[in-house]
Amino acid sequence: MIRIANAQLWVHDQDEALAFYTKKLGMQVRSDVTLPEMGNFRWLTVSPPGQEDVAIVLMAIPGPPVMDEETAKQVRDLVAKGFAGTVFLTTDDCQASYEELKGRGVEFTETPEERPYGVDSAFRDPSGNSIRLTQVREMAAV
Amino acid sequence: MAYVPPARHLLRARDLADARYFEPLGVDDLARAAGLSRAHFSREFRRAFGESPHAYLLTRRLERAAALLRTTDRSVADICFSVGLQSVGSFTTSFTRTFEMSPTAYRAAFPPAADRALIPTCVLRVYGRPQNRTFREDKVAARA
Repeated sequence: MIRIANAQLWVHDQDEALAFYTKKLGMQVRSDVTLPEMGNFRWLTVSPPGQEDVAIVLMAIPGPPVMDEETAKQVRDLVAKGFAGTVFLTTDDCQASYEELKGRGVEFTETPEERPYGVDSAFRDPSGNSIRLTQVREMAAV
Repeated sequence: MAYVPPARHLLRARDLADARYFEPLGVDDLARAAGLSRAHFSREFRRAFGESPHAYLLTRRLERAAALLRTTDRSVADICFSVGLQSVGSFTTSFTRTFEMSPTAYRAAFPPAADRALIPTCVLRVYGRPQNRTFREDKVAARA
């Protein structure tokens, strides 16, 4: 059986991302390991409380020799332009989660709105990654 | 303080256009959100996203207007104002140039389909935003 364990996001700064995902979004650190023998590569993963078998990898954009400087710049720019991917989060109460996160200083790009599939909202992490927060409507069984 | 690529500020301006297109928002407001002078902002925005901030804001408004034409029975004038445009005449002109048919013809061509797949709104907004069209395209094509 194949399952999702982690999915990776590029971030501009791991400390900044860590503060955002834990202090503002309320996620927990699943692993934070720095390997000096690998150029201080830092494996940093977070996920929501109660969801311990899947995590987001907050990955620093590497320099040479892993990634040449030009590619690294392109990736940094793509993230900053908001084209590097989206994380889709769900909540059982979009409005309440919105109020809570807003109170902690999360800047929403879309406030909660009714959609055919539920109540949907969106914000960005400090690097520019887009994150959606959706209260998915229960669909009648077909 | 973490390094912030300049494009991140431009994204903030584009997010503002996406979030508040229905207000009387202009390029000056977007430039302010990016913390840049208007001329510098327009140049940098175009370099990052391949089109001017004016064109981005206009096509976002036209995308929203097209969605309202398809999914509501509100009047063309009402829709024009509710997407942040001030003049019904220039709305009709921009819309017709962009979608190659008038707002009323567009509405007639796309009857609401309630049985469509439930695709997230963010996806619909990104893929529904039209290519901006100007009257100078022929010249650009001729030069290429």
